[in-house]
Amino acid sequence: MKFGILVFPGSNCDRDVAWVTQGLLNKPTRMVWHQDTDLSDIDVVVIPGGFSYGDYLRCGAIARFSPIIRATIDHVNAGKFAIGICNGFQILTEAGLLPGALVRNRDLHFICDRVPIRVVNNKTPWTRKYQSNEVITLPIAHGEGCYYADQKTLAQLEDNNQVVFRYEGDNPNGSLNNIAGICNQSGTVVGMMPHPERAADPMLGNTDGIKMFEAVLQQVVRARV
Amino acid sequence: MGSFVAQTFQAKVYVTLRPSVLDPAGTAVRSGVQQMGYQNVEQIRIGKYIEVTLQAADEAEAVQQLDQICDRILANPVIETYRFDLTPLSETATTTAH
Repeated sequence: MKFGILVFPGSNCDRDVAWVTQGLLNKPTRMVWHQDTDLSDIDVVVIPGGFSYGDYLRCGAIARFSPIIRATIDHVNAGKFAIGICNGFQILTEAGLLPGALVRNRDLHFICDRVPIRVVNNKTPWTRKYQSNEVITLPIAHGEGCYYADQKTLAQLEDNNQVVFRYEGDNPNGSLNNIAGICNQSGTVVGMMPHPERAADPMLGNTDGIKMFEAVLQQVVRARV
Repeated sequence: MGSFVAQTFQAKVYVTLRPSVLDPAGTAVRSGVQQMGYQNVEQIRIGKYIEVTLQAADEAEAVQQLDQICDRILANPVIETYRFDLTPLSETATTTAH
């Protein structure tokens, strides 16, 4: 069982994720440079937050064409697990692995806060350790986190239960349908703007996020038995 | 070895947000403009302007490639539309290996 964390020029949450997977969960973890082409040893791909390629053109637009994303698309098409957090979510939408796009926050400024998040779908391999409709607290830190999709796509997401997380109470960034995170149809791929890896170490006072990594880990182990 | 005549073109590419996508930056600039006294300004929307210089055998090939480049990376069709104006700059003789 191995986690692979993709590292682009400008990624800055890669080590935070490794702190969780290797440091807290004690699982083998490989940092995967964006020029690499092979993910065959990896069970779970994590695309971390940051500012890949300086967010030039659009967030995630250039990272999407890096060699490792081609390998990530193969990984996902093989039914394996992947998660994109913050900039990673933006990259997943640019790559077409998740629908929609993330645009400039409604109120323009970069938001750095802790916000309540409702777990709308606890049936995915990533969220099954949460209660249905449980409200958790996770940090957010983004300037382009406003989820946008056309009405037809939004309706499909809702009909297929692909909305995984919603902002509870105030909508911080103007996301349509208060969307904070979504998944693909099978639930193996999750994209989310909040940072579960920043809410994992008890020393930081909030461990609401670690269940996501524990859940996917259990899922991989179970699939191997 | 063979040679062909390639032309250099310049494309002026305009990428704009689809009308259904909110443009909070444009709205903020509009309120600034209105505060300056231009109360008649109704709407401002901000897009991107990109200059691309490329060589192609002819205009049709240049247009085809630019459409691909715009669709794949310069614009995100989920939120944006694009258009471009193409201008021939010069004719260049290029030698290529076959």
